[in-house]
Amino acid sequence: MDILFQQLFNALTIGSVYSLVALGLTLVYGILHIPNFAHGALYMVGGYITLLFMESMGLHYWLAILISIIVVGLLGVVMERLVFHPLRNAPPIHDKIAAIGVLLFLEALVQLVWGAEYRRMLSPYDIVVDFLGLTVTAQRLLIIGTAILAMILLHLFLKKTITGSAIIAMSQNREGAFLVGINANKVAVITFFISGALAAFASSIASPINLVFPGMGHLVILKAFVIIIIGGMGSIPGAIIGGYILGFSESLSATFISNDYKDLIAFLLLVAILTIKPKGLFVKGARS
Amino acid sequence: MMSFLNKRNTVILLVVVAILVPLLTDNPYLLHIFSTAFIWTIGVYGLNLIGGFTGQLSLAHAGFFAIGAYSVGILTVKVGLNFWLALLLGIIITTIIGLLIGIIALRTKEHFFAIYTLCVGYIIYLIIYKWEALTEGVRGLIGIPPPAPIGPITFQTPKSQYYLLLFFLVLTIFIFTRIINSLIGRTYMAIRNSEELAQTIGIETMKQKLVSFVLSTFFAGLAGGLYASFVRFIGPDISYINVTFDMLMYLLVGGIGTLSGPLVGTLLVVWISQYLQFLQDYRMLIFGPILVLLIIFYPRGIVGGVQTWLIKQRAKKSQKDLSRNLQSVVVKEEK
Repeated sequence: MDILFQQLFNALTIGSVYSLVALGLTLVYGILHIPNFAHGALYMVGGYITLLFMESMGLHYWLAILISIIVVGLLGVVMERLVFHPLRNAPPIHDKIAAIGVLLFLEALVQLVWGAEYRRMLSPYDIVVDFLGLTVTAQRLLIIGTAILAMILLHLFLKKTITGSAIIAMSQNREGAFLVGINANKVAVITFFISGALAAFASSIASPINLVFPGMGHLVILKAFVIIIIGGMGSIPGAIIGGYILGFSESLSATFISNDYKDLIAFLLLVAILTIKPKGLFVKGARS
Repeated sequence: MMSFLNKRNTVILLVVVAILVPLLTDNPYLLHIFSTAFIWTIGVYGLNLIGGFTGQLSLAHAGFFAIGAYSVGILTVKVGLNFWLALLLGIIITTIIGLLIGIIALRTKEHFFAIYTLCVGYIIYLIIYKWEALTEGVRGLIGIPPPAPIGPITFQTPKSQYYLLLFFLVLTIFIFTRIINSLIGRTYMAIRNSEELAQTIGIETMKQKLVSFVLSTFFAGLAGGLYASFVRFIGPDISYINVTFDMLMYLLVGGIGTLSGPLVGTLLVVWISQYLQFLQDYRMLIFGPILVLLIIFYPRGIVGGVQTWLIKQRAKKSQKDLSRNLQSVVVKEEK
């Protein structure tokens, strides 16, 4: 029983990280209908920037995360302006390829600057605590807590502010949003900033329990795609629920089936879902 | 000059030059680069068929390339089959797996198709990586024999392998051109331009997309099989997503959806990559932005760009001719 609870706790931890990454991805998809293959690169860059400011500048963990969020958010904005904005009227195949170009560039850049080796990020919360009878590291508790906090903040932002409403409006109905005078460029820029910020935050809190390396975004982004398909492309609650579903199925299969094949589970899940429902689960009827 | 350089003569000239290359140089390094480029070109033609002409971006292409390579590798090393039999079986295995995956994958559209195939590619990678009993896992397959001799012709030297690969490349381009210039090719382009419209005019889009997908895996399998016996060592890396991205880059630089794009793009990028050898892992610092700039400014690559330029030139010229003719007519009438 203890192992089960331990695994459920782990599932909450990874699920939280997945949800944050998937949220950024789904926001961009909802607004611009682009599956941003470069999102994983933003995740990776976020980890490196936090590490950079912690190691070389000696900044505190939280301060480093804050800087990382801003830098990667701005990187997202630059990406939108320089790459996706000029392609807004291009066939759908084009922005996917452009995103891949950005991904390859960022990966090479990080490798040039920081090298290919795996690095450890030491967080000040690397202590073991006793939590409800479970022995867990404080970092894992922190991941779950802050991730949920970030989701609540995002929710409040989207529901309570004008800008947030504009984002929601544009993702629900583009033409309608333009009719009521929503500035598409502004919304796209803000969305990309939030998307990058979420990716940076997710990697910064997850890095102390994983490792930092140039390929760290690959698996995460692929799984984020699985999540937003499970949760319906463009759906915000879907991304959150999907993230936790995937976290749980992975942890449980690692315990009860095989640790070797746990990464395969997500993809088999996706292949199974798309085989049965080619447009994904929970797809909204209104969107073509 | 222009009349001499028509399409047919250009092709003949290129083939003659390609045949002459090994006679002019004895440099095995040079031949090696050309041979590698030929193999990738064959694979990229497959990607061009499904992605460029049928409009379905398949990101599992490296996976099929690897299935072809591993089939040949396992059949020759572990089973001990003759290379040619193994190559044939390898292509059959690849296309059968391609057919099975295609039936399911093509039910999805646009973004979903790209993501689905990306995940399929990753599954293939994980299977190759983890199934040690069959694929030797991370160690890879070593000691794949070079192509077996056909009668008196042997393929031991770099020169003979060069000619063998050139033969397969020319064959690929020939088959590809025939497909594209036939009614089937037009059907693919119709699907690319608008699937709904194609369906309305009576094209069985699902069936046609499936045939196109299977044909693309055929080219990938052929390229993979040739790669295995040419490089003689294969590891799980060849099925990784980055290889698909590499192929996509070759295709885009040359020109997606053009006949000669894969050839131009692959030769050029492989060639430049050799000069940028000192950059190794960082070459994407240059190619990444090039990819983005190309897709924004020249979405149909170098070949597409040249084509557009030629058409514009011709239009300008005919406009000049037209106005000159008109002037002369006016002058005559005034007289």
